[in-house]
Amino acid sequence: MSAYFWLIPFFPGLSTLILVIFGRWLPKKYVSFQAPFAVFLSFLFGLSSFLSLPSTAAHHGEEFLSKTLFAWIYAGSFQVDFTLWFDPLTAIMVLVVTGVGFIIHVYSIGYMADDRSYTRYFSLLNLFTFAMLILVMAKNLVLMFVGWEGVGLCSYLLIGFWFEKHAAANAGKKAFIVNRIGDAAFILGIFFIILNLKTASFPEINQAIAEASLSPGLATLIALLLFVGATGKSAQIPLYVWLPDAMEGPTPVSALIHAATMVTAGVYMVTRLNHLFTFAPLASEVVALIGALTAVYAGTIALTQNDIKRVLAYSTISQIGYMFLGCGVGAYAAGMFHLYTHAFFKSLLFLAAGSVMHALSGELDMRKMGGLKKYLPLTYPTFLIGAITIAGVPFFSGFFSKDAILTQCFARGNYFLWALGLLGAIITAFYMFRLIFLTFHGEERFSQEVRHHLHESPPIMTGPLVVLAFFSVVSGYVGLPVVFGKNLNWFERFLEPVIKSHEEHHLTLNTEWMLIVASVAVALTGIAIAYWLYLKSPALPHQLVARFPGVYRLLVNKYYVDEIYNAAFVQPLVKGSEAIYYNFDLPVIDGAVNGSGRLMNFGGKLLSLLQSGQVRDYALVFLLGVAIILGLVVF
Amino acid sequence: MPPVAFFILSCLLFSLGGLAFIIKRDLITQFMAIEIMLNAANLALIAAAKFSGTLDAQIIVFFVITVAAAEAAVGLAIILLIYRQKKNIRSEEVNLLKG
Repeated sequence: MSAYFWLIPFFPGLSTLILVIFGRWLPKKYVSFQAPFAVFLSFLFGLSSFLSLPSTAAHHGEEFLSKTLFAWIYAGSFQVDFTLWFDPLTAIMVLVVTGVGFIIHVYSIGYMADDRSYTRYFSLLNLFTFAMLILVMAKNLVLMFVGWEGVGLCSYLLIGFWFEKHAAANAGKKAFIVNRIGDAAFILGIFFIILNLKTASFPEINQAIAEASLSPGLATLIALLLFVGATGKSAQIPLYVWLPDAMEGPTPVSALIHAATMVTAGVYMVTRLNHLFTFAPLASEVVALIGALTAVYAGTIALTQNDIKRVLAYSTISQIGYMFLGCGVGAYAAGMFHLYTHAFFKSLLFLAAGSVMHALSGELDMRKMGGLKKYLPLTYPTFLIGAITIAGVPFFSGFFSKDAILTQCFARGNYFLWALGLLGAIITAFYMFRLIFLTFHGEERFSQEVRHHLHESPPIMTGPLVVLAFFSVVSGYVGLPVVFGKNLNWFERFLEPVIKSHEEHHLTLNTEWMLIVASVAVALTGIAIAYWLYLKSPALPHQLVARFPGVYRLLVNKYYVDEIYNAAFVQPLVKGSEAIYYNFDLPVIDGAVNGSGRLMNFGGKLLSLLQSGQVRDYALVFLLGVAIILGLVVF
Repeated sequence: MPPVAFFILSCLLFSLGGLAFIIKRDLITQFMAIEIMLNAANLALIAAAKFSGTLDAQIIVFFVITVAAAEAAVGLAIILLIYRQKKNIRSEEVNLLKG
């Protein structure tokens, strides 16, 4: 089966085609079967290819599963093939995308059951899976860019899935345009690589960098350009503004695209090109700094949001910041590890939030929830597991992955970034438990009408929650920290062939323990503060707000970044375009076009005066003409 | 008789025909003017044939006569139809193509 690993993306691709062409005649039951099944097939193929990896994996990229489907672009000595491959890094991404993707497809059957665009939804979800698999399986940058744009398109289409809603259509547009900014830089980076290395294939790029055929300055420039692309796709400072708005889309979409898979594409890309980023230390420092800042910054915004999905969106931005922090300090395996655990617990949180919305007839505002614990006997514990995991409570997966990143930060001497990470962790624990307490505990703040409809979600929705909760707990055990014994970090060893080996950073066991204790203490402190503020003395938050109105307003309004961007970029562009439209387009361009038409009209009218309609006049002119010609010929 | 006399007569006839076509206003007369012009040309051709001793020009004359016959048939039919439409045959009233 692993010989046919290249079929992995094409199951959902084919499913999309069928749904798009024959969708309107297919019964709903069949669609509900086909779409998840296609992703499941991909998962099976991915799993079998993954299991065959250890025997084929050597330390050279060429020896991994690789398949050239056709020659794509030929230009002189430069050549890009449509090549898919399957190395350890791809294996992890494929398993995450298809595994979590399959679970979310199943959940969608229940969540979208009453939507009238049911088939369109699944065709887009499948198309997204196809594009994402192309992205992670591409063996060269150009093909990766195809997947990169493909997921961007699907993201746009799915954010604006309910396009009758003005906010949804606008959010989709915003996501698309903000991503274009990042993509412009990304494609510039690709051009620079092709221009200087004459290749776009990952193993060849790595080889060229190993031979130092790239000047350090140029490498830094390229790495920074690529990273700008990553900040767009992965919602980092300064291009993160689209992700909170993207919550206008259906909740499973938020879980799949805007939490688990697509938004982590930037982290995948940086890890994929880790040789380049290691070669450009300045760019790596920028990556780490942006990551750490985003982790804290997005977390502080999440503190005051009241929309349950927006809290999760800012939490996603913050967690991706951690991944970039890991990649930036050189701990790529730790970054990927966090990507992998995050995929489970964040999609769990989103799906559980979707289940809450489902129960409350679409309510998103946490101020109108409260006390849901006893009404949602399955959603509550799974949500709680997700929150515990992301908060970093020991022995859940989020603890291991976040701790891996922070430990690596500390071990490599980035104490400032480590402190930022720790600060982010306390904020994370706090806002997640604020969310839990506001939603599930305390007094019931929903209306009588909502209470009337209150119900736990059907099994097709709670089933995926339970599965994801299970993985949120156990998925961390493939990457145990060194304090539990040597060589227990299977995850890191698995990724070794992909990641440029660097000097080892060893801490003494005592230091390791101290770091772990610190992050545990931080997590528990965050939870305790949330407990104290939102359960013990619920009046306190209001007093705090009254005490620091400026800070509160700044946070509630998300640091006014949307307003600043609007004033600094959007409005000048709109105003400038308007000015050009009225002062140049209308008078000059339209004037020239319409003027040439008017000139022809006028000339025609003038010449038509010759056409008297009198046959005798024509004959006279005719005769005179003949006479003149004859005269010329004879004399 | 010198050959030039035939050609002068032909020229005179042709000019008269042309003049008549331009001056006259009813279609039948204009039609007759055309016939005169055609036959002026025929006269010149016959004269040329006679004095050159070949038959080439005579063949052209047969063509001209044939064309003139066809033209008479079609032309008269057109005039008839114009008469049915307008109840007169004044050529200046047929001016649909006026610009």
